[in-house]
Amino acid sequence: MTDHFTIRNKSNAVSMQIHKRSLFILTGLALAVVAAFLVSLSAGSSYIPLGTVVQEVFGESEHAFVLNELRMPRVWLAVFVGAGLGVSGLILQGMIRNPLGSPDIVGVTGGASVGTVLFIVYLMGEVSIQWLPVASVTGAGLITVLIYLLSWKNGVTPMRLILVGIGVSALANAVVTMFMVSSESAVASKVYLWMTGSLYGANWQEVKIVAPVVVALVIVSLFFTGVVNVKQLGDDVARGMGVRVQFFRVILLALSVGLAGAAVAFAGGIAFVGLIAPHIARQVLERSFGILVLGSSLIGALIVLLADIIARTAFLPSDVPVGVFTAGIGAPFFIFLLYRNREGMSE
Amino acid sequence: MMSFTTKAYIRWTVLAISLAVFLLAALASLAFGKASISLAEVWGALVHFDPESTEHIIVRTSRLTRTLVAITIGASLAVAGTLMQALTRNPMAAPDLFGVNAGALFFIVFSATFFSVESLTNYMWIGFAGAFVASVFVYFLGSIGEDGLSPIRLVLAGAAISALFISFTQGMLVLDEQRMQSVLFWLSGSVAGRNMDMLLPVLPFVVISLIIAFLMGKPLNILMSGEDVAKNLGQNTLLLKLLAGAVIVLLAGGSVAIAGSIGFLGLVVPHIARGIAGPNYQWVLPLSGLLGATLLLLSDVAARLIIAPQEMPIGVMTALFGTPFFIYVARKGVKKSD
Repeated sequence: MTDHFTIRNKSNAVSMQIHKRSLFILTGLALAVVAAFLVSLSAGSSYIPLGTVVQEVFGESEHAFVLNELRMPRVWLAVFVGAGLGVSGLILQGMIRNPLGSPDIVGVTGGASVGTVLFIVYLMGEVSIQWLPVASVTGAGLITVLIYLLSWKNGVTPMRLILVGIGVSALANAVVTMFMVSSESAVASKVYLWMTGSLYGANWQEVKIVAPVVVALVIVSLFFTGVVNVKQLGDDVARGMGVRVQFFRVILLALSVGLAGAAVAFAGGIAFVGLIAPHIARQVLERSFGILVLGSSLIGALIVLLADIIARTAFLPSDVPVGVFTAGIGAPFFIFLLYRNREGMSE
Repeated sequence: MMSFTTKAYIRWTVLAISLAVFLLAALASLAFGKASISLAEVWGALVHFDPESTEHIIVRTSRLTRTLVAITIGASLAVAGTLMQALTRNPMAAPDLFGVNAGALFFIVFSATFFSVESLTNYMWIGFAGAFVASVFVYFLGSIGEDGLSPIRLVLAGAAISALFISFTQGMLVLDEQRMQSVLFWLSGSVAGRNMDMLLPVLPFVVISLIIAFLMGKPLNILMSGEDVAKNLGQNTLLLKLLAGAVIVLLAGGSVAIAGSIGFLGLVVPHIARGIAGPNYQWVLPLSGLLGATLLLLSDVAARLIIAPQEMPIGVMTALFGTPFFIYVARKGVKKSD
């Protein structure tokens, strides 16, 4: 057994094998994220050469303000938001056993939007912005429960879940519009920008709130590697092997909702990242959940970073919301998936 | 024959009741709003207009236009939805769900942003073009390969197409904050603040499309009994489908050009109309036109009153009653074939 390593702690809580190939790919992805990170710091309305960026990161201070106060938080936010969405989508796709799952398609993001908008309209200024993710996650959680209940009819089929999700998303959008129209125009335009999915105006405070949540939840997800790997063999097999299927399903769903809610809280609905990242991860990596979690988070981060670089530079001096570009790639990809998998999935 | 006459009798009764409800809704739309105007005043304004009276002026200018717009759009979207559901044999088909509205919207905002197109007549043509592109795309997805995407998959594809167009539209609007404020209300669908000049260029297209749609009832009935049957009976099914497609594009594109994207009407009304009139499209098409107009009028009245003195976009109202219905249809399930 020389082609893979085993990672295991003493109590076996974390236990997984990594093929050498996967290790190379994960390392490659990590390097790509670092590269995109640096390019993202250098690109923008004022171009800062890469060499200078690297120097700055290690302490020089000619462009300190632009780098530290404007670009750095934005780039970090992109990383965490992308990672959160990627892992959230991975868990969701595994849960409903359907490659079309993604927090934005199933409607989780819609609930987060309602929570966030209610917060922005009613609580902003009175309550510290620290609590914003709580509102988003609560909204995401409640709507997930609602969608699950509404799609229940002698069990839940993936297709019904997705259809109901589309319906509930539309309802959530209507509610958001309702609050937007009935609030002042300054608030409305803030909400609107947020909804399209934008990293514009990210600040350190936001990063400090989102980062720990995403990192913690991704690490927690890793602990479920064994369970999910068994679950993938089928619920019956998993039950036979002593896995409490329902219990873990709820936990995993909660993780997915938490990740999506936290990601959406400050960056809004950056669409389709949760759909694409896990697909790419499954294409290039082995199908062990733990490795896919790492892969999806890196790929998610990479997608959002790259999309944001394009969004900031393509239409200078304007700053296009990053969600426009992820939707531009994601929607055709979604239709391609629909077409490719048109046989063999239960309706 | 007895049962036939009873059915016909019931149908005429239903049609008469629908017409009565429609007229009441239209009167309500003229009477209610920021200033509530008595029905007597409304009647007076319509019959013997007094230019000195504020109430009469309100009724004759803003309210009347608004009511006419709601009737036009409501009937258009409902009939377009009925035709789409028939052609695709898909109970979840509707111009908004399949991305046709979003396509029209995107093309209009795109041309307004990048080519500074402003006149409504141009919006209309561009709206037609956008609706056409999106329809062709959906049709392509539905027929690609052996038998194309299944009904549910087509709905999902429509959702993705909508998401794409809406996202691009939002992107352009964020670029142009000033325009956003004015377009936002229009985006979520509204029949407020339209004047006759906006309605008139679109009206001939809508009226002709509606007439063609109503005449299509009989051939559509034959087509519904099966493509092969229709062909054997000597029907030119391709021509019929193309014609229906053109009508859908004109109705949906025209509606979006006037009122923005108003969702769910095209989904809900055909179901109600079929529920009342049965599978006969000679009845279903006119009835859905009537019901669509009624439903939109009522939604508009509710939109005016619910957060008075402000106004809710009418698209929000239709989404509020439309989504529960959508979920109901989704739960009922869509058969894979047929």
